[in-house]
Amino acid sequence: MSRYLRPAARLAATARASAVRPAATSSFLSRAAVVPSQQKRTYADASGVKEYTVREALNEALAEELEANPKVFILGEEVAQYNGAYKVTKGLLDRFGDKRVIDTPITESGFTGLAVGAALSGLHPVCEFMTFNFAMQAIDQVVNSAAKTLYMSGGIQPCNITFRGPNGFAAGVAAQHSQDYSAWYGSVPGLKVVSPWSAEDAKGLLKAAIRDPNPVVVLENELLYGQSFPMSEAAQKDDFVIPFGKAKIERAGKDLTIVSLSRCVGQSLVAAENLKKKYGVECEVINLRSVKPLDIETIVKSVKKTHRLMAVESGFPAFGVGAEILALTMEYAFDYLDAPAQRVTGADVPTPYAAKLEEMAFPTEPLIEQYAAKLLRL
Amino acid sequence: MKRIRLSRPPSALLRRPGTQQPALLCKSTALGSSTRCSAPAPAQQQQRRHASSISQRPDSKHVMFPGAVKSAFINTMRFEQPSTYPALATYRAVDQNGAVVDPAFTPDLSDEEVVKLYRDMLTVSIMDLIMFDAQRQGRLSFYMVSAGEEAVSVATASALAKENVVFCQYREQGVFKQRGFTLADFMNQLFANQKDPGKGRNMPVHYGSKELNIHTISSPLATQLPQASGAAYALKIQRMQDPSIPERVVAAYFGEGAASEGDFHAALNIAATRSCPVIFICRNNGYAISTPTLEQYRGDGIASRGLGYGIETIRVDGNDFWAVRETMKRARELALQDGGKPVLIEAMTYRVSHHSTSDDSFAYRAKVEVEDWKRRDNPISRLRKWMEAKGCWDENKEKEARESIRRDVLKAFSEAEREKKPPIRTMFEDIYEELTPDLRNQMKELKSQLERYPDEYDLGEFEGGRASLDK
Repeated sequence: MSRYLRPAARLAATARASAVRPAATSSFLSRAAVVPSQQKRTYADASGVKEYTVREALNEALAEELEANPKVFILGEEVAQYNGAYKVTKGLLDRFGDKRVIDTPITESGFTGLAVGAALSGLHPVCEFMTFNFAMQAIDQVVNSAAKTLYMSGGIQPCNITFRGPNGFAAGVAAQHSQDYSAWYGSVPGLKVVSPWSAEDAKGLLKAAIRDPNPVVVLENELLYGQSFPMSEAAQKDDFVIPFGKAKIERAGKDLTIVSLSRCVGQSLVAAENLKKKYGVECEVINLRSVKPLDIETIVKSVKKTHRLMAVESGFPAFGVGAEILALTMEYAFDYLDAPAQRVTGADVPTPYAAKLEEMAFPTEPLIEQYAAKLLRL
Repeated sequence: MKRIRLSRPPSALLRRPGTQQPALLCKSTALGSSTRCSAPAPAQQQQRRHASSISQRPDSKHVMFPGAVKSAFINTMRFEQPSTYPALATYRAVDQNGAVVDPAFTPDLSDEEVVKLYRDMLTVSIMDLIMFDAQRQGRLSFYMVSAGEEAVSVATASALAKENVVFCQYREQGVFKQRGFTLADFMNQLFANQKDPGKGRNMPVHYGSKELNIHTISSPLATQLPQASGAAYALKIQRMQDPSIPERVVAAYFGEGAASEGDFHAALNIAATRSCPVIFICRNNGYAISTPTLEQYRGDGIASRGLGYGIETIRVDGNDFWAVRETMKRARELALQDGGKPVLIEAMTYRVSHHSTSDDSFAYRAKVEVEDWKRRDNPISRLRKWMEAKGCWDENKEKEARESIRRDVLKAFSEAEREKKPPIRTMFEDIYEELTPDLRNQMKELKSQLERYPDEYDLGEFEGGRASLDK
């Protein structure tokens, strides 16, 4: 697929990017895109908590799993020699050699098929897509082969494979490079789909994905790679995994349940803080972590407490993750809702290139705040 | 409730390779029906199939299998080794010193015409340097240069007529320049201003021009190739229907990295089987971002693949302007023979610059390798040497040309930078052919908002201001 995007270099040059596109310094990007990518891990504080960027967390997860299981290997475009287009696989080639960390030609359908074949034969490949936009070249392998072979073979051919790479909004790369595929993969029986937000999410979910005997799609986000999060002592250990299908309540509250995933979790948390400051309301923010299976229990439990629900996600509105969350809430918690559930999603347009329009094409903190205020009649 | 959802009879859902059963083609009449479609094929079709069918005669010396009709039988088992075949030769008309090496070659252009094409190559090269730096200064979000590959694009384009249709990848500024794209056209796209025909919706370098018959460059890699086969097929059919239309071909450009995508193989096979008049032009520049050709493929370049698909193929020195031009002229003739057929050209060259402004190629290749190439061979200096030997170019003209081109580029640059942005109406347009009622309402809403609070919104930088939303 499109190869001229050198995303890592672009991240490294964010200072340049922000000079180019004034909106890059606006609220839309200020939290993530301008975070320097070269952050170093800090020393442990008294409680053993360390700061990790999402990139470091993913890198550590890959290294630990490569170390732990000789069946695990990683392949994709630029993953070895170049250390990954986004530097997620940095140092892995040197440490594990070219049999475990493999550069491929620009053939998404080819290397995805190769990875699926290796998985069907008993290895545990981690297949990196430079971005999930490019995975469309290989989606038949993911959907028709990886997801369905166990079923179609009568259970004799498990497919322990992990597909991973950045998904959803990026900055300034126009419509063909900014799409969110959560709903696409989330709709396929046979796949498990996770979408990490924090460094702990990233590490725990990726490790769980590699260990899970099923095909798992790990939808990361480019703008989160350089963002730092505290990582608990437990999460720093090499046996740390996060179970699928369990959402995490990132912020407790009693007035409104905000269900979100990936980068929108961070945005929702900022919006929740602002809502508290402005109106004194407490929003509960749920980080889905896993798209399929979806933790409807946690959502229903929260709605029983708050009686209001808002879903926040960056995909297109039609037939999306937000739509699914609203539908499930209606099915399981309709009687507890005091107001119609709402969703904040990406706009129903091909993502514009113009910086200001691009900003308007995805959920922003003020937008989430505004919709929450409206829902709460504040 | 049990629901059976079958929009087609089960028989039609199964693909049957190698056969053309009418069952595959006929549509189900009743929803959920399980009846098998067995309408007889038209008599004419039947006859044709019988005529083309073959059968093995006893004691035949040759294979008569349907899949390979010209193969001889042998009685020793032998696997073919790619290494026993010599690498396909590379055609050169002029060597790197500017001396003609092909005795059959005679330039078919006047001095003025050669100078014009040389200036096209110079223009691309100078514009690339300026825009790369402009990106570094933060005046542009992104740029891609074509240093070292100017001859491939300019020389191939020079052998095409205006009515021919072109699909580019993203490193063919020379094609645009040669076909009449002006410096202003380039700059308007790069700065996404109101004169950008793409209305500022694409990343820089995604040029396109309806007047010049060049399809807009699309980011996803290699998707242009099957589309080029389709366009060529359309041109062929159009001419069959209306012989007064001039004969046309399609030129499709791509890099050796893109040739790893499935689309490349699909494009060549469909073009060969449907006899599409399309010329595939591969710029083999040695690198796909950081991936060197050694890791991109193991065969003899891209050219060897053309033969596998039954396509007439040539490998040419991509730094030799004349060789590329002569090759393209001949390819155009070939593509129109026998009712149309595809041709593959592999132009060997070297990507002198970084992949794009987002790349630092010295992370994966030695600086000395690049310096070496620059010194050894360059398409611009090679043509210049030829022109100097012929006496139609000299140091003074070179200096004058470089200065005037630089001036023109900078002028177009600053004009485009000052130009207004596309009208705000364009943000509603082109998602569908016509504005949907939804979008129309949104536009109305925006308009009334702008009318109510005229002081809150500065529309000065957008062409037409608020008025662009009227009707």
